[in-house]
Amino acid sequence: MSAAALLKDRQAERAEPLLKVHGLSRLYGPEKGCQDVSFDLYPGEVLGIVGESGSGKSTLLSLLSGRCLPDAGGIDYRRKDGRWVDLYSASEAERRTLLRTEWGFVEQNPRDGLRMAVSAGANIGERLMAQGKRNYQELRAAGIDWLSQVEIDPLRIDDLPRTFSGGMQQRLQIARNLVSGPRLVFMDEPTGGLDVSVQARLLDLLRGLVRELDLAVVIVTHDLAVARLLADRLMVMRRSRVVESGLTDQILDDPQHPYSQLLVSSVLQS
Amino acid sequence: MSAATQNRPVRDEAYNFAYLDEQTKRMIRRGLLKAVAIPGYQVPFGGREMPLPYGWGTGGMQLTAAILGDDDVLKVIDQGADDTTNAVSIRRFFARTAGVATTERTTEATVIQTRHRTPETPLQAGQIIVYQVPIPEPLRFIEPSETETRTMHALNDYGVMHVKLYEDIATFGHIATSYAYPVMVDDRYVMDPSPNPKFDNPKMDMCPALMLSGAGREKRLYAVPPYTRVVSLDFEDHPFEVQKWEHHCAICGSRESFLDELILDDAGTQSFVCSDTDYCAQRVIAQEGKQ
Repeated sequence: MSAAALLKDRQAERAEPLLKVHGLSRLYGPEKGCQDVSFDLYPGEVLGIVGESGSGKSTLLSLLSGRCLPDAGGIDYRRKDGRWVDLYSASEAERRTLLRTEWGFVEQNPRDGLRMAVSAGANIGERLMAQGKRNYQELRAAGIDWLSQVEIDPLRIDDLPRTFSGGMQQRLQIARNLVSGPRLVFMDEPTGGLDVSVQARLLDLLRGLVRELDLAVVIVTHDLAVARLLADRLMVMRRSRVVESGLTDQILDDPQHPYSQLLVSSVLQS
Repeated sequence: MSAATQNRPVRDEAYNFAYLDEQTKRMIRRGLLKAVAIPGYQVPFGGREMPLPYGWGTGGMQLTAAILGDDDVLKVIDQGADDTTNAVSIRRFFARTAGVATTERTTEATVIQTRHRTPETPLQAGQIIVYQVPIPEPLRFIEPSETETRTMHALNDYGVMHVKLYEDIATFGHIATSYAYPVMVDDRYVMDPSPNPKFDNPKMDMCPALMLSGAGREKRLYAVPPYTRVVSLDFEDHPFEVQKWEHHCAICGSRESFLDELILDDAGTQSFVCSDTDYCAQRVIAQEGKQ
């Protein structure tokens, strides 16, 4: 009975969007940047943003995560306590708090997302310490737990990230973001720069974590294989605009826009 | 105080009182007022060239020059000692340019300029202590950008401070930071009591004296007003602790004071003495008086 109630609760929670984006624009020049982007993101949903270099994917991600301010448009986010916040009218302090508690941001280059001068354990513990956790043993336990969750040997907890391989650094960055139990994670090409077999493992891991933790994810990628594996829904961007959006399978198997068709057909078929 | 004021040095009239011109002193005083109003906040000021190199106490000297009055009694210490080069030079500098009385007694001084120590003798209300600071920014070790550290201070975003302490415990098994140990001032700003040994951190909490800090190279000043809460950062299961010694002072026998290690010969024979020379000397006088 309580399980049924829990399920009902969860269904109710999932019926309401987490993020409402309307008319978001930020242009650095004509068709440079992104313009007029609107969508709703639901809890536990993975949204892929694909498109060529310079199409505005990363600009959109910066706007979504509140790292830069838009020329027009807005974002409403539903917090854990059910309160809606207008991201751009919130104070910078509030945005930062969101970014290090309910949100995560996985950078393309792990060096940008990690503190390279401190150990793996300190990297994982930083968000917890920022939230006021002051017990060393608990921080240590969280570090060991998360290292094993991202398949890094827990014995390496005191090693510096620069002694890690590229794939391990990326996994450490993911652990560092997920430790605070975020509801929404932004990822900018998380598999870029990794070799194919490491990519496959990382994707496998990500897919598992996303399902297990019921994360909502906005993932930017130019790799359609990544999009197919992870994303529930896709947005195709070109020259600062969203040219097509819909379910991943639908877009990849039956692209409507000429650019989407080009994109899909340019992938090597095996 | 009367003994000290009797032998006042003669002021060199070629200099303005306390070396700096009046406009500069006013500018520094405005900065100091702001610093006192916002405990622990780093106030930028237009640092001047002083006739000695950066790193020798130019920041502290500018603050001292700005607050020094004709009837003040000045004490200058370096690592607790009154008789080291840095302390002697700065004391002579102000004796010549301001003609103020100087002393080695902590209790007689109204202004104490110090490098790296707080005197062992508890400070009194009405006294002002001026610290010479090399790097005023406690977040600098982890965040090289000044814009970013200022934002972190403004938004109370201090999670990284504990990252440093975490690293210490992970590497050494205990918090090994022994000087420039970060403190939280008045529940708001994280401050670097740089580069005092952490032994002196508890003396800053609810101290009756006014504490000023000046960094000449970085051109920042900050303050802790009297009776302000100053708490050293720590973990629940690794609480803040000060240094302890198994030895006692070889001169006065103190077991409570901060000890310096001396190597006496090539065989490595050690001896420990108080770093605070005035505290040590006063104890010796008191012991001789008893006998």
